[in-house]
Amino acid sequence: MAVASEVQADVKLDELFPAKPWHAVAIDLIRRYPLGAAGAVIVVVMILMAIFADVLSPYDPEENAFEFMLTPPGLQFWMGTDQFGRDILTRLVYGARTALFVGFSCAFIGAFTGLVLGVASAYFGGRFDLIFQRVMDVFMAFPLIIMALAVVSIFGTGTQNVIIAITIPFIPRCARVVRSSALAIREIPYVDAARACGFSDARIILRHMVPNVMAPFLIMISAFVGQAILLEASLSYLGLGVQEPTPAWGLMLQGGAEEYAESAPWVAIWPGIAISLAVFGFNLFGDALRDALDPKLRAQ
Amino acid sequence: MKRLYSKIAISAVVGAVLAVGGFGAAQAQKVKRGGILSFVVGSKIPSYDGHVESTFGMIHPIRPFYSLLIRINPDNPSSPTDFICDLCKGKVPAGADGGKTYTFKIRTGVQFHDGTPLTAHDIVATYNKIIFPPKGIASSRKAFFKMVESVSAPDDFTVVFKLKFPSGAFIPSVATPFNFIYSKKDLDTRGYTWHKKNINGTGAFSFVQHQPGSFVEGKAYARYHHIGKPYLDGFKAISAPKMALRLQAIRGDRASIEFRGFPPKARDDLVKALGDKITVQESDWNCVLMFTPNQDRKPFDDVRVRKALNLAVDRWEGSKYLSKIAIVKTVGGVVFPGHPLAATEAELVKLTGFGKDIEKSRAEARRLLKEAGVKEGFTFDFSNRAVDQPYKVVGTWLVGQWKKIGLIAKQRVQPSGPFYNTLRKSSDFDVSIDFNCQSVINPIADVTKFLGSAGNNYGNYDDPVLEKIYDRLLRAETESDQRKIMREYENRAINEMAHLGITLWWYKINPHRSYVKGWKIAPSHYLNQSLDQIWLDK
Repeated sequence: MAVASEVQADVKLDELFPAKPWHAVAIDLIRRYPLGAAGAVIVVVMILMAIFADVLSPYDPEENAFEFMLTPPGLQFWMGTDQFGRDILTRLVYGARTALFVGFSCAFIGAFTGLVLGVASAYFGGRFDLIFQRVMDVFMAFPLIIMALAVVSIFGTGTQNVIIAITIPFIPRCARVVRSSALAIREIPYVDAARACGFSDARIILRHMVPNVMAPFLIMISAFVGQAILLEASLSYLGLGVQEPTPAWGLMLQGGAEEYAESAPWVAIWPGIAISLAVFGFNLFGDALRDALDPKLRAQ
Repeated sequence: MKRLYSKIAISAVVGAVLAVGGFGAAQAQKVKRGGILSFVVGSKIPSYDGHVESTFGMIHPIRPFYSLLIRINPDNPSSPTDFICDLCKGKVPAGADGGKTYTFKIRTGVQFHDGTPLTAHDIVATYNKIIFPPKGIASSRKAFFKMVESVSAPDDFTVVFKLKFPSGAFIPSVATPFNFIYSKKDLDTRGYTWHKKNINGTGAFSFVQHQPGSFVEGKAYARYHHIGKPYLDGFKAISAPKMALRLQAIRGDRASIEFRGFPPKARDDLVKALGDKITVQESDWNCVLMFTPNQDRKPFDDVRVRKALNLAVDRWEGSKYLSKIAIVKTVGGVVFPGHPLAATEAELVKLTGFGKDIEKSRAEARRLLKEAGVKEGFTFDFSNRAVDQPYKVVGTWLVGQWKKIGLIAKQRVQPSGPFYNTLRKSSDFDVSIDFNCQSVINPIADVTKFLGSAGNNYGNYDDPVLEKIYDRLLRAETESDQRKIMREYENRAINEMAHLGITLWWYKINPHRSYVKGWKIAPSHYLNQSLDQIWLDK
């Protein structure tokens, strides 16, 4: 034992695992997960678009300019204009804000609530777990969009209500996945040790169990963002999401798809592409994250 | 593009020829009998009862089962004064006794679809239900008949209306297409709500079936009182709430016509795709989109704020551009544009918000807001209906107009049911989209919308001055008196009090399959829907 200690003391960790420069790590990740890297690029571009929308867009996304109504894509308006003469590129850029705001809000609130409830359910077990899981079963019996539609019909339309509508169905989905991981962690001796030390239930759950279910949790979050963007677009397309003149991709699609599909197809095509790309990007990124965080998949 | 315009021009010319040459021309073409007319309807049927409902969703599929006492002339439906007898005989009577008595002679030999003979007593029972409904029985057009004192039948084939005072609004009110004639027997034995779920009329078609959410089917009534009609064997009214679906139904010839109206782009697409297989008929529409400030809420109880809302709106630019993408077009005041009682352009530009110098108007709006203590960026709730044409399009335009004077309207769009609930019952809005859609052009009845006491006014205000002006208007006998008082009424409602905001009058565009003959566009989507004059040139 003493020998081993001496050896450990003489060898520095940095020498055993020399630190790579950040670009080498990035290139390594890109090589190992090329699709995930593509997804990450899309996500980063979206985030930058949302942050710098004011700088990137020369036009007001909400102001009507009828003299330019339904102008085809060209030098002045790269993606053309809609029926109110508003620049489609500008509305797409600002629409990224709506998409990401709704996407991240729903994903984080839904996933965090699900995380706490799922771990608590696993930790307490017994009758609490039984009853709580049956409640989750009821929520999960409804498809996401149906559940969201039901919630919107109760609370009404608008950004805030859309976030509530999408968040609620996310909670049981996250809680179920997290609970299965937490059940295994509950049986590990350090949880018993913490209990023996007299730590409170809240401390054991939040400080000792939650950090150990982070891998599935992070993967759930990335998947939820994509799903939330799609749901927001779906609700807006159905006229139940955010309302005009707020720039939102689903709303742009709804406003243009029906009436201008033939005469001004650009009105519907660009928001359609934006929605597809965003969901595609988050899904690729989520898949790569899962591969990177799951030891079994990483070994493969 | 030139080809498209020429196609549209040809279609419009064909439509115009139909409209002008009309039925005579159609008959000269030799009417072909038979066939089933399929048409699409974009709204649901709340109930079958015409006396209660106010929607084209009911009128289009249900009106063909019923007759009226008088109706607009189907050969000249654009005229606001050309009425003909339907169940009455001869000419529409003129008022006797100084315009206070109207005597209608009723046709003999008319039978309801269940075989019951029609008499004057059926008409009396029907109008008593409409004008003097018992407590708890809804009658949407009761207010149209304020001037009526009594309805009676001195014999089996004579009906007499006694009026409290002579009124030019009486005859157009009788011709309203919702006044379905019911059987007295049904009303007496089955009750006043039986017609909500059952049909028994004397119309050109008898009821076959209704598959809710799908279609309504009718077949020609062999004992129809207009001999030789209907020309069709039957009709099928197909429910299609989405516009794209209705458009594709006509394009694919699954339906021949939609009677409400399409936006200009849809017309262009159909003409481009089908050329002369499509005929386009167009007309001004007795329907105006408005906004109603809720005067129960601050700051909309302040006339300066309401005036500012009006002054911000550039109606002349709106007409120019919105008419390309929506079913609105004409700038007008409280009366249907073009009617003798309507404001001329010179009169119109004097009204608040109708001036042609929009920058000056908006500067005045900002001044009024400042004076009323409303700060830049003031945000309010704007309730709208989840129907694209024209509600959402005009709503989005209005949001942009108000932004130009520093007001932020947060648009809250709801499906029709919750929207009406917000507007009519809960009154939970700051400003709401509103509309005044009427059938027969009857300005004296139509302008009741602006009265705080009107059943269809949701502004939550009382204006005794306006009520008094209206009372004088109702009693005015000559057209010149009516016109003069109408200007006073308009001035009070719009200029002085800005109770409601008028946006644009609708414009009706009906592209239909060219083989549909005999139907002429009317200035209302409620009118000319008996279908008895339609035939198919197939």
